[in-house]
Amino acid sequence: MVISLKNIFTDAGNVTLFTARFFKEVFRPPFEIKEFIRQCYMIGYKSLPLVGITGFIMGLVLTLQSRPTLAEFGAESWLPGMVALSLIREIAPVITALICAGKISSGIGAELGSMKVTEQIDAMEVSAINPYKYLVITRIMATTLMVPLLVVFADGVGILGGFVGINIHADVSLFRYFSQVLSSLEFLDIIPATIKTFFFGFFIGMIGCYKGFPAANGTESVGKAANSAVVAASLTIFIIDMLAVQITDLFF
Amino acid sequence: MIQAETTIKKGIGAYSTAPVINIKGLYKSFGEHDDVLKGVDLSVKKGENLVVLGKSGSGKSITIKCLVGLVKADKGEIKVFDTDITALNTNQLNAIRIRIGFLFQNSALYDSMTVRQNLEFPLKRHSKKLSSKDVEDAVTEALESVGLSEAIDKMPSELSGGMRKRIGLARTLILKPEIMLYDEPTTGLDTITSREISELILAIQKKSKTSSIIITHDMACAKLTGDRLVILKDGVIEAEGSYATLEKSNDDWVRSFFI
Repeated sequence: MVISLKNIFTDAGNVTLFTARFFKEVFRPPFEIKEFIRQCYMIGYKSLPLVGITGFIMGLVLTLQSRPTLAEFGAESWLPGMVALSLIREIAPVITALICAGKISSGIGAELGSMKVTEQIDAMEVSAINPYKYLVITRIMATTLMVPLLVVFADGVGILGGFVGINIHADVSLFRYFSQVLSSLEFLDIIPATIKTFFFGFFIGMIGCYKGFPAANGTESVGKAANSAVVAASLTIFIIDMLAVQITDLFF
Repeated sequence: MIQAETTIKKGIGAYSTAPVINIKGLYKSFGEHDDVLKGVDLSVKKGENLVVLGKSGSGKSITIKCLVGLVKADKGEIKVFDTDITALNTNQLNAIRIRIGFLFQNSALYDSMTVRQNLEFPLKRHSKKLSSKDVEDAVTEALESVGLSEAIDKMPSELSGGMRKRIGLARTLILKPEIMLYDEPTTGLDTITSREISELILAIQKKSKTSSIIITHDMACAKLTGDRLVILKDGVIEAEGSYATLEKSNDDWVRSFFI
């Protein structure tokens, strides 16, 4: 019990130091622009199909599942607005972030873990290159920027999925559907939901890097780094979501 | 400690007596009951190849990792180019690190980069004024020096163990180091490739006048490359001398390395 408590506090201390190092080094040159762009491509562009398919299915399923209940009250016309609101405020950010936690955070954890095990990180250090700057800062910056963009993409595709879902049972034109969607949305629905996605992105990158970068020697630690990155990132997403919703509720 | 006379090998060339590496009383432990180094004293003269022998876990790799600041020593003085590196901050340490080449046991090539990118990676970061032609020339020269010009656009996964070692060597040589640290350069290689790598180490010493520490279990490599040998036992230097003298040592344990 004492040992486990000690481990929790040690871990919390290490995460804090790791995060503090990020803010200390992120504004200092040299800036690894090329690697940052490469990471944006790997993290953002390569996740598009997965996020797109998931977003489309979420929109479609949400529409199909909600339709019978709304139909009972004769409120089918609310369906586009309800689907769009649910997707933009909650479902698309959280589901996209969870997918990214599974794909990106574990990928970063495993990649950096294996680089540590095969002494590639040490090789950078002995050739007087800052591996934290090259490997960690670029990845965290890329996830912080790309996850919000992926969420916006998932919002769009999800709303399109809703359109397909509605047209299975009814005949609604695309123009009419989007008019209803846009009329039900306000900036207050979009802005807080978008702000929280930056935090999702930051922590997805941060946790992946934190778990992988100091991995111990041995291939077992690579698996552990990948696994614990997914678990910790997923949990963090729910905690951030809870806090974000509470804060939004307080102010708006 | 068993002392033996140090000799200079024929054909390698004389080296200066001033040490470029001087380690005194180096201690390192991992936890309370895991003392790895218990007062290592070591020096390497300019242009000299020092071979470090010892059983697995005797602290050979930790010693050279302390030398480049990868592992922080608990106690002791580590002087490189007459500067105690234990007292330096990261920037000062990096200025020393640029002058040291380190060949890792598994070569440590960057998996996500081609051979060309592996070689360009340290060069572009430390020589920002170089034109792309200068970089290209330096890469070509480094690859030619290890005899692997044809591998320039290959990925590390496409290379054999021996080729990976050579590319690892080329990557360290591109920064023109004054000191080379080799961590088991021939481990896992066949006899012929091991000999080729050992000859390459000698050629680098001859061409670039580097001082080197070579950690090895390969006695053929030790015989070919070493101007002087030291043997580590339980975290201290147990014996020191040339290959010929240590081979004829009166101590059975020392002689057991040469059987």
